[in-house]
Amino acid sequence: MEITSQAFKSQARGALADEQLQQALTRLKTGFIDKRLDAVNRYPDFEALREQGARIKDHTLAHLDSYLERFESRVTEAGGQVHWAPDGTSACRTIVDICRHAEARRVTKSKTMAGEEIALNQALEAADLEVVETDLGEYIIQLAKEPPSHIIAPAVHKTRQQISELFDTYHHRGALKAKLREVSELVTEARKVLREQFLSADVGITGANFLVAETGSVITVTNEGNAELTNTLPRVHIVIAGIEKVVPDLDDADVLLRLLARSATGQAMSAYTTLSSGPRRPDDLDGPTEFHVVLMDNGRSKTLGGEFRQMLRCIRCGACLNHCPVYGAIGGHAYGWVYSGPMGAVLTPLSVGLDKSLDLPNACTLNGRCGAVCPVKIPLPDLLRDLRERQYEQKLTPSATRYGLSAWAFLARRPRLYQWATGLAARALSLVGARRGAFRRLPLAGGWTSVRDFPAPQGRTFMQAWRRQGRR
Amino acid sequence: MQPTASTAPEGQAPRVGLLVTCLADLFRPSVGFAAVKLLEQSGCRVEVPELQTCCGQPAYNSGDAGHARAVARQVISAFEGYDYVVVPSGSCGGMVRTHYPDLFQGDAQWLGRAKQVAAKTYELTSFLVDIMGATRVEARYRGNATYHDACAGLREMGVKAQPRRLLHAVDGLNLTEMDATEVCCGFGGTFCVKYPEISGHMAADKARHAHDTGADTLLAGDLGCLMNIAGRMRRLGIDMRCYHVAEVLADMASETAPIGRGEAEKR
Repeated sequence: MEITSQAFKSQARGALADEQLQQALTRLKTGFIDKRLDAVNRYPDFEALREQGARIKDHTLAHLDSYLERFESRVTEAGGQVHWAPDGTSACRTIVDICRHAEARRVTKSKTMAGEEIALNQALEAADLEVVETDLGEYIIQLAKEPPSHIIAPAVHKTRQQISELFDTYHHRGALKAKLREVSELVTEARKVLREQFLSADVGITGANFLVAETGSVITVTNEGNAELTNTLPRVHIVIAGIEKVVPDLDDADVLLRLLARSATGQAMSAYTTLSSGPRRPDDLDGPTEFHVVLMDNGRSKTLGGEFRQMLRCIRCGACLNHCPVYGAIGGHAYGWVYSGPMGAVLTPLSVGLDKSLDLPNACTLNGRCGAVCPVKIPLPDLLRDLRERQYEQKLTPSATRYGLSAWAFLARRPRLYQWATGLAARALSLVGARRGAFRRLPLAGGWTSVRDFPAPQGRTFMQAWRRQGRR
Repeated sequence: MQPTASTAPEGQAPRVGLLVTCLADLFRPSVGFAAVKLLEQSGCRVEVPELQTCCGQPAYNSGDAGHARAVARQVISAFEGYDYVVVPSGSCGGMVRTHYPDLFQGDAQWLGRAKQVAAKTYELTSFLVDIMGATRVEARYRGNATYHDACAGLREMGVKAQPRRLLHAVDGLNLTEMDATEVCCGFGGTFCVKYPEISGHMAADKARHAHDTGADTLLAGDLGCLMNIAGRMRRLGIDMRCYHVAEVLADMASETAPIGRGEAEKR
């Protein structure tokens, strides 16, 4: 997809003014935050589980090559094929080739952020394949021709009204009288439409929540069962996954699954957790005859060797998005790429370039809530600050900010001069502002006063007043 | 990080260095004086090192680690001789406690000094309760208040129960919790001027949650958040008095106008 992260500010303004979006975003609290808290409180020691999750990921990342090779061996032994893709283009090409080889016409897809990352749908459509998203949220945004705005709830920005209208347009040619329909009615209708697609698809593409090195299994979790229909019914099952998805064994996967479901949706377990371990065996009743796993690097090994390695712990639960007050204010599209919220503000600069996403690490108050809820303890605020440091070093920070900081530091390192200057400023501002107590407008403070009054100083600075009392 | 025990000799009042913070120094000295009063009431000897300006956070959070380190060295040198460093701000306190050691990774000499200062640095209300064992305050405040959990205090300094515990001891004050009290107010240092629309949206949410409690007063432990919330409330026409929690606890709220309000609005 086109990367529009550079237009973050104007996109954010648009999002704030979008009433439908604002209405949709109010659901984050009840839909995710409260449920997660409840699930975490019900777990005996969630903090210890987070520690364990972080350790598992760190251990795996430290031995990533050997676990990936073990995974490949197991998949091959089971009759499947592993394909290594250094980047998005090669991953797309590999998948298109598999589809062509299978003489496929219709492809069903279960939600995959790796697929979004490499614009897989466009590549498939360019190869004349009919692509159908089967996760309800993904299906909705496919109809709307929009990218996902949330990594686990791709259509969270859509209201029931908008979805009713989309279904009317695409399922009923605009002939429906009732313009706002019940959720259950919409779900039933989508299910009916999708069922036909599942049954007639030649290839099913899924992502992976985890890859298990010990068994060569691909784990997918869903609440709709669509991954199961995607990986079982068609002749060919293709998995697209980032290389960081591998874990050593099933016990490790168990820990991470507990963390994932609770952090993502506040469930003890997602409704469907499926392990796919190769193609159909001779005595299996169903399953694909071909099983392919495309292991994609796409910048991950570069991250692995750098200072942002901890980001590769991410299990894509979405908790940092749900708890981010900035995400809650503007939603996901303003971030301008497939990943949004705190994790997106780290991943996007790492993936598309620091210079192409200048606002993302800065559009954050460093309030720390994302880091506090991350199930694998990624220090997201620290990583965002580190990205700001890289921007500063590479002189990507605006020059006005740089000069401002230098001037501030010049004063801050000269306490007597600083105290004299702040004393003057406090006095001057309070002379003008003391009666009213605040300024509606102030030169050079437009960023502040555009949305709020600027409180006036009391008069003397503390340091002046303290000295006048003759104390040290 | 585990805070260390006081280095004060047994039986002697601990010697506390007050890090006033640049915002309290410039905008609201009454917060500094309230902190001094509370610390002295709890049995500390308080000093205000002259060679202080700011903790360096503006540079640190803007990616300018070099200037942040230069200012941090100044703070460390000025404060390392005290038994404790107390800050009427969770944000500046968190800067010293958690981020100074990060800043000096790889610099053995300064890392050691940074860690020593970090280990004895506290946010004001948590110091009063956790270290000095304060349970009572000599203060009256007639009003219904709600308390905003400033982010760094809450998540970096463990400030949650302490200010509430002391506020419950204020004669006449009734405390009501607001919805989403742990959610950021949208201040975020330079964030609030770089992204004013987003910041204003967040501050409006905070103002609404505070107002919905029916309280007439909003309290918090960080002046940055307070100036943001008070300024936004004023712009939105929400009539609530905003004070730093220390001003109320030190019984000094009546001596000064609420944040962002004129002299005539002294109580």
